[in-house]
Amino acid sequence: MQAENHIPTGFQSAPVMALDGITKTFPGVKALSDVALKLYPGEVTALIGENGAGKSTVVKILTGIYQPDGGAIRVDGNPVVFPTAQDAADAGITAIHQETVLFDELSAAENIFLGHAPRGKFGLIDWAEMERRSRAILDSIGAEIDPMAKLRDLGIANKHLVAIARALSIDARVVIMDEPTAALSHKEIHELYELVEKLKSQGKAILFISHKFDEIFRIADRFTVFRDGQFIGDGKISDVTEADLVKMMVGRDVSQIFPDRTPVIGNEVLRVEGYNHPTEFADISFDLKRGEILGFYGLVGAGRSEFMQSLFGITRPASGTATIDGTAAQIRSPADAVASGIVYVPEDRGKQGAITALPIFQNVTLPSLARTSRHGFIQLAEEFKLAREYTSRLDLRAASLDTPVGNLSGGNQQKVVIAKWLATQPKVIILDEPTKGIDIGSKAAVHEFMAELAQQGLAVIMVSSEIPEILGMSDRVIVMREGRIAAKLSGEELTPETLVRNAAGI
Amino acid sequence: MSQSERIIVDRLQSPAERYLKSWESLLLLVAVAIFIANSFASPYFLNAWNLSDATFNFTEKAMIAFAMALLIISGEIDLSVASIIALASTAMGAAVQMGVGTPGLIMVGLGTGLLCGAFNGFLVTRLGLPSIVVTIGTMSLFRGISYIVLGDQAYRGYPSDFAFFGQGYVWWVISFEFVLFAIIAVIFAILLHKTNFGRAVYAIGNNPTGALFSGIRVPRVKFILFLLTGLMSGVAAICLTSRLGSTRPSIAFGWELEVVTMVVLGGVNILGGSGSIPGVVIAAFVMGLVTFGLGLLNVPGIVMSIVIGALLIGVIALPRLWEKWRR
Repeated sequence: MQAENHIPTGFQSAPVMALDGITKTFPGVKALSDVALKLYPGEVTALIGENGAGKSTVVKILTGIYQPDGGAIRVDGNPVVFPTAQDAADAGITAIHQETVLFDELSAAENIFLGHAPRGKFGLIDWAEMERRSRAILDSIGAEIDPMAKLRDLGIANKHLVAIARALSIDARVVIMDEPTAALSHKEIHELYELVEKLKSQGKAILFISHKFDEIFRIADRFTVFRDGQFIGDGKISDVTEADLVKMMVGRDVSQIFPDRTPVIGNEVLRVEGYNHPTEFADISFDLKRGEILGFYGLVGAGRSEFMQSLFGITRPASGTATIDGTAAQIRSPADAVASGIVYVPEDRGKQGAITALPIFQNVTLPSLARTSRHGFIQLAEEFKLAREYTSRLDLRAASLDTPVGNLSGGNQQKVVIAKWLATQPKVIILDEPTKGIDIGSKAAVHEFMAELAQQGLAVIMVSSEIPEILGMSDRVIVMREGRIAAKLSGEELTPETLVRNAAGI
Repeated sequence: MSQSERIIVDRLQSPAERYLKSWESLLLLVAVAIFIANSFASPYFLNAWNLSDATFNFTEKAMIAFAMALLIISGEIDLSVASIIALASTAMGAAVQMGVGTPGLIMVGLGTGLLCGAFNGFLVTRLGLPSIVVTIGTMSLFRGISYIVLGDQAYRGYPSDFAFFGQGYVWWVISFEFVLFAIIAVIFAILLHKTNFGRAVYAIGNNPTGALFSGIRVPRVKFILFLLTGLMSGVAAICLTSRLGSTRPSIAFGWELEVVTMVVLGGVNILGGSGSIPGVVIAAFVMGLVTFGLGLLNVPGIVMSIVIGALLIGVIALPRLWEKWRR
């Protein structure tokens, strides 16, 4: 049995892999300066830090994508260099990225073995062997996926499992998991935890990157904290509290994560009645008042984003009406939605939220050009003024307003998207997973700002899959399950248990 | 990183500075080099009337290229432009047979262009078909109609005042076509660089989904771009028909490639998102100078197209090779 090889936590074994004094500089930015990281066999090390702390850079150095400018990488105590990603893979290091590149048109098995498929006669791919081995790996992680199924026919969670299987298909000694739970539902997250336990028992060293503290305390044995590209500290997770880690991450106390607010609820702004869609959602009705934060909770795939995008005019509902300030709104396109005062901050910032190649000011003014221009002619001075006004309200960090949005960190990109919508002076703002994948400092800023907006009389809809965020921010919560409203909760009813029960339909 | 009072400047690089380091400045150098080379290569080159004649090599194509530049920046393409010329010219020829006068001919030419553009735009924006496929189809379709109408015949007999558009001079060596080319260049430069519409074109080309999610009416903008491209093809059809004085179904054959070449040479990203009208203007001059210079040296047409092709690949490949070599 594999359990025989289990190396108990706390056993003082030598690290499988260690980074020593690693430095990496990009033009104008010191991404890492003199950082250290140790990974032990059979243990999970959580790498913790805000966005921009250098976590992704470390992953890229470990996997041979970047070359460090200084310092040493050691495997089993011996210094090594990874000139290419292939060299790192040969040394048994594998990574499951936030967005692992997979190929929709290929089968699960082909995705798993791409680049190192088992070969048969004449060097041709041994399909039977590849299928057999794929099935073995998929079985070992408890994934019920047909290895020959085309990837595009699989759901997002199953795609993720294929990515994990791909990482395990090379005989890895070090497994790097970069925010592996970001796209997963509760059930799938628990399966992932079991998988991590299994990998530990096989003696693999695991580097686990996550923004979620409950996760870190649930599965990590050790931690390493980075801040602004520098090593801050490491140790055993059992020796620290969440507050200690937060303090190390941000360099200050963040005692209160969610802003205290006394909501001032005004008149009804938005009334949605009988929104239906042939496949995505059915029978959605609710109302929203000024100054209110309405949370939408549910599992991934519950139809929350699909409904919101329909309300925003991206997809046409089969039936249903939206009334804004008492008048029926004809929303056939996002332009109509913006005109009637509904704006949407999407979950997918890079693709839907911002136009990353364009500069900050152009992103901010894009929906407000009618206001900053004269007779359709651009007035640059007006544009910069508007962009400055709203980005400074959000405390944007950028070199100039002319910087492409793609050069900013995730949290700052989110600020640009929010600034863009506030500049249109909306009545209802829909925030879809507003803090997903952004660091704890920016998270608090976004929460603070959300509270401020509600205080100023804006009606806020917040779609979130994070229970603390839903509980900490919402005045009322609508739980969706399989495209329908499962429950409307407020006040005393709002507990983690009620949310989870209604979302899962228990 | 963390100052309490944070002021973000508008820009770190002035627009002038950015222009100096741009593709357009490089292309301008190429144009000047070709001009100098030409004047050494042939004694007939530095002659006002010869230079004026040379502009006819590019004016009509460039008119379409300006609209095409916007279309390509938005991430679409129209390969049917030369066939629109054929159809518009055929329609004008047919109108002449029915006794329509010059103002009516202009309406017919522009109207045909607009209709063709609307047809392309409808198929792309309403039915969601890829523009490259749609316009390869309409490329055959439009010219096919001309062939059915005309066969191996030609329309002639255009009214004498119609000749002005392709053969008239406004002042000394300055032709009407050249003036029209300049006016259209200015209009498109303003449209792309100074209006909300132009901003929307860039936004769509860089990220159509993001533009849609930002409240841009993406299908409407694209439809207008197809209309404009059709309209400019109609304008080019009027000028070309007027210049030739007759219509054959093979008129402007193969121009779509030269128009696209001009746009790409002008620095427009063929994948959409970036490019400028000044770039296309310079590219028009470069192509005109090369064709004319080779013409003066009696280089046959087939060699000319080889040179144009090599120029396109060369000008695009050189900066990348330079980057690689420097590293």
